[in-house]
Amino acid sequence: MNFIFRRKRISGILTVVPAREQSFVEDMKNFNFSESRSLKLKEVMGYDKHRIVEPGICVSDLAVFGLEHLFNRGLLNRDGIDALILVTQSPDHFMPPTSNVIQGRLNLKQDMLCLDINQGCAGYVIGLIQAFLLLEQESIQKVIIINADVLSRKTSPKDRNSYPLIGDAAAITVVERDAKESVVYANLKMDGSRNNVLMIPAGGFRLPSSPATAVLEEVGDNNLRAKDHLHMDGSAVFNFVQVEVPPLINDLLRHAGKAMNEVEYFFCHQANRFMLQKLAEKMKVPYAKMPSNIVEHFGNSSGVTIPTAITYNLRDRLIREKFKVCLAGFGVGLTWGAMLLNLGDVYFSDMIEYG
Amino acid sequence: MKTVAEILKEIRPEFDFATSKDFIADGMLDSFDVVTLVAMLDKNFGISIQGVDIVPENFKNHETIEALLRKSGYKQ
Repeated sequence: MNFIFRRKRISGILTVVPAREQSFVEDMKNFNFSESRSLKLKEVMGYDKHRIVEPGICVSDLAVFGLEHLFNRGLLNRDGIDALILVTQSPDHFMPPTSNVIQGRLNLKQDMLCLDINQGCAGYVIGLIQAFLLLEQESIQKVIIINADVLSRKTSPKDRNSYPLIGDAAAITVVERDAKESVVYANLKMDGSRNNVLMIPAGGFRLPSSPATAVLEEVGDNNLRAKDHLHMDGSAVFNFVQVEVPPLINDLLRHAGKAMNEVEYFFCHQANRFMLQKLAEKMKVPYAKMPSNIVEHFGNSSGVTIPTAITYNLRDRLIREKFKVCLAGFGVGLTWGAMLLNLGDVYFSDMIEYG
Repeated sequence: MKTVAEILKEIRPEFDFATSKDFIADGMLDSFDVVTLVAMLDKNFGISIQGVDIVPENFKNHETIEALLRKSGYKQ
C-alpha cells in the first residue's frame, strides 16, 4: 500500500536508553554452548553490549523521563502537544492505554488525542504514517510519537536466539507541518498469516499466564524458554526480511521516482548485523549507507532501533544539515514498511540515559 | 584457502561431518551455526551468499553446500 504525505516533517528526535549495560560475554554464562561457538556468533551477529532496564521499570517511565527532559530544556512546549501516539508491545497495563498514563503523569492538556498502537519492529514507520494522517486535521498542529519497549522483561535469559540481542529503549519523535513543499513517500505491507513467527504466546486472554506458562522448556538448539517469554523464529524472520524488504524498498523508490543512489542513508530496523549486511549486499547498497552499529552498542529495541540509529549516527548534524533517507522497519505481524523523506533542520537530535 | 570440511570442523569440532547425509536433521548444525558457516564461506571463498539462499536445505550436506558455492559465484 502506497502513501504520499505533503508538507509534513520530523522536527525533533530524542532517544532514551537505560544506563544499565549488559555484555554478551556475561550473557554467555547462561547458555549451554561452548565459548568458541558463542564468540564466533558475537563476531558475525554483532553481539557485544545491550541496554536493559532495571526490574520494575516500564515504558511510561522511559517516556515521561524523555518528555520531561525536553520540557525542562525548552525544546518542547507541554501545551503544544495535540496528539500523543505510543507504539509499544510492552504496555504498562492491558488497560488503560499507556499513552493515557503518560498524559496523566505529565499533566498534559485534556484537549488532545492519546493513542496506543501495538506494533514492534516496523513501529517507527507505522507511527509516522499515523502521525502524518492526524496532521491532516486542522485542530492538530503537533504530534508526539513515542516508540518504546522493555521486552527484556519478557525474554528468557537462557534463550540464545533472543536474549543477547534484546535491548530496551524509548524514542520521542516530534512531527508537524512543514512550511516548505516537502513530500514524504511510504509503502506498507502486512501478512497476518505469519503472526506466529514473532510472539509472546502466553499472558493475553487466549492463554493467560499461569504457573504452567512460566515453566522453562527445552525449545531446540539447547535454548530454554517459557510460554510467557518472547518467541522468535530466527530463521523464518531472516528469510522474510531477505525476500520481502528489497522489493518493498524498490517499489517505494519507483513510486517516488528516485534512484537507489540518491538516498544518502538507509536506516533499517537492526535485528542483527549479519541480517543487515546481507540486505545491503542484496540491494547493492554500501554498508556505510546502511548503518548496522546499534545492536552491538544498545541491542535490538524493536521499533526504537531506527530512531536510535538516526540519533546515534547523525547526532547534531541533523540540526544543521538535511539528508534524503529511507527508513525501513520489518517484524512482528508480520509487518514491513518503508518511508522516503528529507530528514534534517530539526530542533533537537540527541540521546540520553535513564537511571 | 580452507576446504568446506575444514570450516565445518572448525565450527563444530565434536562432529564427524563425513558420516552424515543431513547435518541439520542430525543436529550437527543449528540455525546460528549456519549463520557462522555462511560468514566463513563468504570470507574464505570470496563470495557473497544471497540472503534468500540461507535456508536449511542448502546446508544439509557437502553436496548441497558445494552447489550453493557454485550458485554464489565460486569457480573451482
